[in-house]
Amino acid sequence: MSASNPTTIESPWARRALIGVGFLFLALFLFLPLVMVFAGALAKGWKVFLDALVDPDALAAIRLTLLVAAISVPINAVFGVAASWAIAKFDFRGKSLLISLIDLPFSVSPVVSGLIFVLLFGAQGWLGPWLTAHGVRIIFAVPGIVLATVFVTFPFVARELIPLMAEQGRDDEEAARSLGASGWQTFWHVTLPNIRWGLLYGVLLCNARAMGEFGAVSVVSGHIRGLTNTMPLHVEILYNEYDFVGAFAVASLLASLALVTLAVKTVLEWRFGIHRAGAAH
Amino acid sequence: MSIVVDNISRRFGGFTALDRVTLETKPGEFLALLGPSGSGKTTLLRTIAGLDFADEGHVLFDGQDMTGTPAAERRIGFVFQNYALFRHMTVADNIAFGLTVRKRRDRPAKAAITAKVAELLELIQLPQLGDRYPAQLSGGQRQRVALARALAIEPRLLLLDEPFGALDAQVRKDLRGWLRRIHDETGLTSIFVTHDQEEALEIADRIVVMRGGVIEQIGTPAEVQSAPATAFVSSFIGETNRLPVTRRDGVAIIGDGLATISDEARGQGEGEIHIRPHDVELAEPGAADALPVTVLASRPVGRSRRITAQLAGAAEPLTFDLPVAVDAAAGQSLSIRPVRYRIF
Amino acid sequence: MVRTKRRSALPGFGLTMGMTIFWLGLVVLVPLSALVIRAAGMGWDGFAEVGLSPRALAAYRLSFGAALAAAAINAVFGLLIAWILVRYEFPGKKLIDAAVDLPFALPTAVAGIALVSLYSENGWVGSLLTPLGIKVAYTPLGVTIALVFIGLPFIVRSVQPVLADLGRDVEEAAATLGASRAQTFGRVILPAIAPALLTGFALAFARGVGEYGSIIFIAGNMPFKSEIAPLLIITQLEQFDYDGATAIACVMLVLSFAMLLFVNLLQAWRAKRGTR
Repeated sequence: MSASNPTTIESPWARRALIGVGFLFLALFLFLPLVMVFAGALAKGWKVFLDALVDPDALAAIRLTLLVAAISVPINAVFGVAASWAIAKFDFRGKSLLISLIDLPFSVSPVVSGLIFVLLFGAQGWLGPWLTAHGVRIIFAVPGIVLATVFVTFPFVARELIPLMAEQGRDDEEAARSLGASGWQTFWHVTLPNIRWGLLYGVLLCNARAMGEFGAVSVVSGHIRGLTNTMPLHVEILYNEYDFVGAFAVASLLASLALVTLAVKTVLEWRFGIHRAGAAH
Repeated sequence: MSIVVDNISRRFGGFTALDRVTLETKPGEFLALLGPSGSGKTTLLRTIAGLDFADEGHVLFDGQDMTGTPAAERRIGFVFQNYALFRHMTVADNIAFGLTVRKRRDRPAKAAITAKVAELLELIQLPQLGDRYPAQLSGGQRQRVALARALAIEPRLLLLDEPFGALDAQVRKDLRGWLRRIHDETGLTSIFVTHDQEEALEIADRIVVMRGGVIEQIGTPAEVQSAPATAFVSSFIGETNRLPVTRRDGVAIIGDGLATISDEARGQGEGEIHIRPHDVELAEPGAADALPVTVLASRPVGRSRRITAQLAGAAEPLTFDLPVAVDAAAGQSLSIRPVRYRIF
Repeated sequence: MVRTKRRSALPGFGLTMGMTIFWLGLVVLVPLSALVIRAAGMGWDGFAEVGLSPRALAAYRLSFGAALAAAAINAVFGLLIAWILVRYEFPGKKLIDAAVDLPFALPTAVAGIALVSLYSENGWVGSLLTPLGIKVAYTPLGVTIALVFIGLPFIVRSVQPVLADLGRDVEEAAATLGASRAQTFGRVILPAIAPALLTGFALAFARGVGEYGSIIFIAGNMPFKSEIAPLLIITQLEQFDYDGATAIACVMLVLSFAMLLFVNLLQAWRAKRGTR
């Protein structure tokens, strides 16, 4: 018997009805699509599934996705930490403006996120003629994909760390300084251990988005098989060619990544009580 | 209205919050439930309110069994420790709430509600604050609004759960007296929970002292102070010096015969004597019924002299209040006779 | 003693602030300004020619309309899910709580092909609806359903903490004052969580308008009928009409910022009212 107060709880059948509706809704809108991915991948058996994954174009897509993530995630992590340090440990005017600016990529449509880089570096963009003259390809090549991914994943680490570091305050760092530690020592030995779970969390989400980004990358990539296709783009190509099993096979890899991300995130939340400040991604 | 609590018991898992508690209120009285944390006083209050339901026993309002009735139907007013004001409503809307949720046929006309709210704002002395939001009020003001909200539905009983617990000391003192005056004006039977004995002693008609889910004593403030029924009540209310005694043949012996005090109850075996600091007098040295103590500290407080003294073999120093003229300096030996005392 | 206002006990302000501004400017502000400058340079007529053309207006109607409908559906069911997660105990609760974040974590393209496969005529769900005459895939309905999937976490995660923080004593107070459970919900609980609900709604809506990957497969992509605004941008780009793409992107950007402003104002209003 729960200790809940009879005055503030609904009747048992109202409760069951609400839970039932909730389950139904989630099953339909959340779980079914997930199940679909794996069912579609294995629809023709394991052999076809594995063949799809070792296909050269698929492998190239996987390699490219990993490369893009390997570049954009660390960079955004470093700058995210720097931004959080500046914002959380100091007072200055324009702080909320800065935070809003950092949040900007969140509110921009992925397609627009890709468009802006085309406008800068595309053949008819600002720098287009200069780039063509020097034989540098950004749009429709890997650098463009990296840039677009960096843009859309820009806020993730900072968003995690800013409230966390603000909540932790300056006391620990000031204590370290009073004991004679240099700035770097303070950061390395005091701040970093304090924020490591939030940092891991932010990096995880950043990585999930970096690997899964579709709209922005789609605009800048040129869709050249084997060269400028990330995994999400490869999924699209396979699907449009009616290679459903192939599409779902690659998709299942991405879905597994999502599940791992969620699992690690949940473990981190349980064990280290990371606050979700209610701010949605 | 009179309330009867008849053998109420309540358990939470392995913990007994209330153990066969029985209580009867007098109509119109101002009753305090006093006790330390975990004594069950809040559980008892909430059971009377209908916010909690007992495992056994009955609650009767004017003889009518209310045990299974939900809170919404009991017509009681409840004031919470943290006010529980509706933050998104103005003060006026908060106060009017109980009237506006009534079924159509029971609901007063809008004009009547507005008048009632104005009347209550006058009563709580906040006539200008009807349009403010709770966030704009001080703690003391919020609690007054909470009281007005409870009174708006014309309850037959007023229940208050540590109403001043969240307030500063001075605000508490002011509101305490104000609450008593409101009670006298309205004549409502009121029960309030507190852990602050000073509060209970100051404003209650009767005090119910509770500990561990059990009622230790019910009595007027004078009774619980001068005639505590149990050792717990004696030590919980006011200051007390406690010493172990051996009782036999009508006397209580302190230590190895350091002092022999008459024991009218003629108890036997081990016991405790409780002496209030002011219930003593200076005795001649060597008196058999006096305590031979060594003064540790002495300082004048108004008309008295507060003396801290050590009795040989006692675990803790004793505190006495003697007339300020008494000559007592640290290191001196004194003979102190208990004039009034309780032996348990 | 001379007070240097900028001094602080902790070092590194200059370095970290510099890094932040540098990176922010390089990665975010410069690219975005390329868009704004180009749009400004087009003049109103040039802007309106594509940005407000009938085809674009149809695309906006679809993107905005579906996003609005999906956010509204999520407002109801997201609130319900937040309620059962906060208030009730039941088997699998922790799993469901974690699962609510799935739309955040799942790549949009993966969601896109899964949804279209489910709702196409011989898909698991589509095949159940076809006999009833309901067509989901390649229609605005399909877009709406996909956006329900995408927007769900915004509502749930916005409402959950506020609901959890809402002390029981307010509900008990309402009960002692004579309110029924339904009255307590409608007049005490709902108003208290309304700002959070609105915030979640606005976020879900803003996300839905700009969404691409999860709806590009299930949308029919027929101009004037089932073409979403982001697709229109891509189409313009493929035709090398940079100006047209810019115009449409600007319209969408203006909307995003308006939503952001709205959400920030809401938060400020909440803070003023004393609710969190």
